[in-house]
Amino acid sequence: MENDQDKLLGEVTSGEYKYGFVTDIDTEVIPKGLNEDVIRLISAKKEEPEWMLEFRLKAFRHWQTMKMPKWAHLNVPEIDYQEIIYYAAPKQKKGPDSLGDVDPELLKTFDKLGIPLEEQKRLTGVAVDAVMDSVSVKTTFRETLAEMGIIFCSFSEAVKEHPTLVQKYLASVVPYTDNFFATLNSAVFSDGSFCYIPKGVRCPMELSTYFRINASNTGQFERTLLIADEEAYVSYLEGCTAPMRDENQLHAAVVEIVAERGAEVKYSTVQNWYPGDKEGKGGIFNFVTKRGICKGDDSKISWTQVETGSAITWKYPSCILRGNNSVGEFYSVAVTNNYQQADTGTKMIHIGRNTKSTIVSKGISAGFGQNSYRGLVKVLGKAEGARNFSQCDSLLLGDKCGAHTFPYIEVDNPSAIVEHEATTSRIGEDQIFYCNQRGISTEDAIGLIVNGYAREVINKLPMEFAVEAQKLLQISLEGSVG
Amino acid sequence: MQTEFLLQIKDLKASIDNKEILKGLNLEVKPGEIHAIMGPNGSGKSTLANVLTGREIATVTAGTITFDGKNLLDMSPEERACEGIFLSFQYPIEIPGVSMVNFMKTAINEQRKHRGLEPLSASDFLRLMREKKELVEIDSALTNRSVNEGFSGGEKKKNEIFQMAMLEPRLALLDETDSGLDIDALRIVANGVNKIRRPDTSVIVITHYQRLLDYIVPDFVHVLYDGRIVRSGGPELALTLEERGYDWIKKEADVTEETWTTDRK
Repeated sequence: MENDQDKLLGEVTSGEYKYGFVTDIDTEVIPKGLNEDVIRLISAKKEEPEWMLEFRLKAFRHWQTMKMPKWAHLNVPEIDYQEIIYYAAPKQKKGPDSLGDVDPELLKTFDKLGIPLEEQKRLTGVAVDAVMDSVSVKTTFRETLAEMGIIFCSFSEAVKEHPTLVQKYLASVVPYTDNFFATLNSAVFSDGSFCYIPKGVRCPMELSTYFRINASNTGQFERTLLIADEEAYVSYLEGCTAPMRDENQLHAAVVEIVAERGAEVKYSTVQNWYPGDKEGKGGIFNFVTKRGICKGDDSKISWTQVETGSAITWKYPSCILRGNNSVGEFYSVAVTNNYQQADTGTKMIHIGRNTKSTIVSKGISAGFGQNSYRGLVKVLGKAEGARNFSQCDSLLLGDKCGAHTFPYIEVDNPSAIVEHEATTSRIGEDQIFYCNQRGISTEDAIGLIVNGYAREVINKLPMEFAVEAQKLLQISLEGSVG
Repeated sequence: MQTEFLLQIKDLKASIDNKEILKGLNLEVKPGEIHAIMGPNGSGKSTLANVLTGREIATVTAGTITFDGKNLLDMSPEERACEGIFLSFQYPIEIPGVSMVNFMKTAINEQRKHRGLEPLSASDFLRLMREKKELVEIDSALTNRSVNEGFSGGEKKKNEIFQMAMLEPRLALLDETDSGLDIDALRIVANGVNKIRRPDTSVIVITHYQRLLDYIVPDFVHVLYDGRIVRSGGPELALTLEERGYDWIKKEADVTEETWTTDRK
């Protein structure tokens, strides 16, 4: 860890968003706008079965009756849903079976992002599903995983190849009526990852999906479904970046996790969508619904997120603790710099007996950034012996940013124990000067202090991600003091 | 001639919030010398430490400071640290979540980088840590914790001296290092300073009281009053001050108009 920190401090020299490049590749796009024909077109492009199309249309019809939610502490400009392109696919040979079939431009893009798709180049055992705009480009290590019965593929492939599993679990955690953005996603979702770990299997490598937006004026609506069958274990990582563009782009994803009896799922995100420029121009609008259900007894779902990107983040990875003795965890670091806004947190719904949840949220605000924690802890009447511990801390840099905390606690069982702790602090000039006086530059000092503050959460990330996340925290906050 | 002095302060004037605190201060320090700067509260002692380390709260309005032949006032605080100026803080700062190991490693390697040296390897670094911990008699438990977090006043001061041992400065400024220390802690801290000093390490001890000077024996004692050095002498001057207080200095200073300079033989 110490070495990595050094490496990180050494490597980081400029505060520019370094993933802001655009790949020049032929992209197939459909006309902008949203109506039933567009949905039929998306479904046809993906060669989907009838039931999938029906699901989409049902969702679309419902969406038309819905209004955008206004309860978040966010200032969201009007989004014109008819101005968005809902499907964009880099042109390449259909269904690349081997790497040789993948467009070299695409390989280069992911190389540049630090995600080499050539399996032998991977340093450690991480299987990657690479998604660019609306399609999955390549999923690595599929064969190796298949030998253990693990299914790891793009969502589109899963619809074709594992329809029974998809039909059983799709929308079982986030119904198509759930909320404005989840419903929109259900209508127009493009690609994402599908993963199934069979009974009693511990997935031997980290599974990850890397999302990349490339095309302009395009929304990204990915859909991810993770199923851990009884006594299975998987650790899943998600990363995302986008080019720097002046216009805002919409990203509305849905992630569903199902943990059966005794299963454990660890889901980690490093979200680094383009945050917009220093004046708040451009950037991704990130409206995401992530939810997992601990369906069986003794199951566990753990969310870890490092949110440094996006102009607007609206995201509440949640756990429904239905199984007895099930455990839900949420560890979050959210950074808002310049004009970024984030309203993020979690919901822990205790249904089963002796269910436990832990929430650790660390907000960091700088520049004119606005950072809100919003969290619900709900203990239902039958959740005998439920236990929750929440800690939410806010760190402020400068005096023009804001930190807000909106905790909601609803307890219907008298045996429940719910704890909530909150702190707000400021990076002091005296802390920075103390570091300066030992020879550490101001930028490095901020990196050191912020990483110290976020350490509890960063430590929950898998190793490779932890290093990446530390770098990101530092880069996102450069230029925010002095 | 110019490089004979490690530190040369000439006619230094500095203000805080437009109020002039230092009103024409002169001081010359050769390599290896120990200078004590004493004075009543509000005389400008802390401001001098701030100006030397580049803390922004003080604005230099006139005068020059030369460190090892270079213009110190042109340098950022971290450059000054890398050039070898170390401040033992009167009130050391807590940095939660940042381990002492990580903090020291970052500092040392930044300073090494400045000098064109490779970063220390992990094992060399840990060896150095262990060595210096023993030297300054600091408890291992302290260096395993976050920087100064939850340390007692005495532990914080010891930790400053430990950092000084690690960074091996050319000029150490000890700002009221004795405040808040009991006699045992004072002895450990002072002995630590003596042990880590190399023959060419210069030290400026800023203190209100004489007692630290029993352990760290100065070559020169200067009395700072109302932004100027009004009297300089040998170690015996500190004893006189201990005995007679500052009032006689104040009276004397208030009737004299000329600026005093370091009295060198």
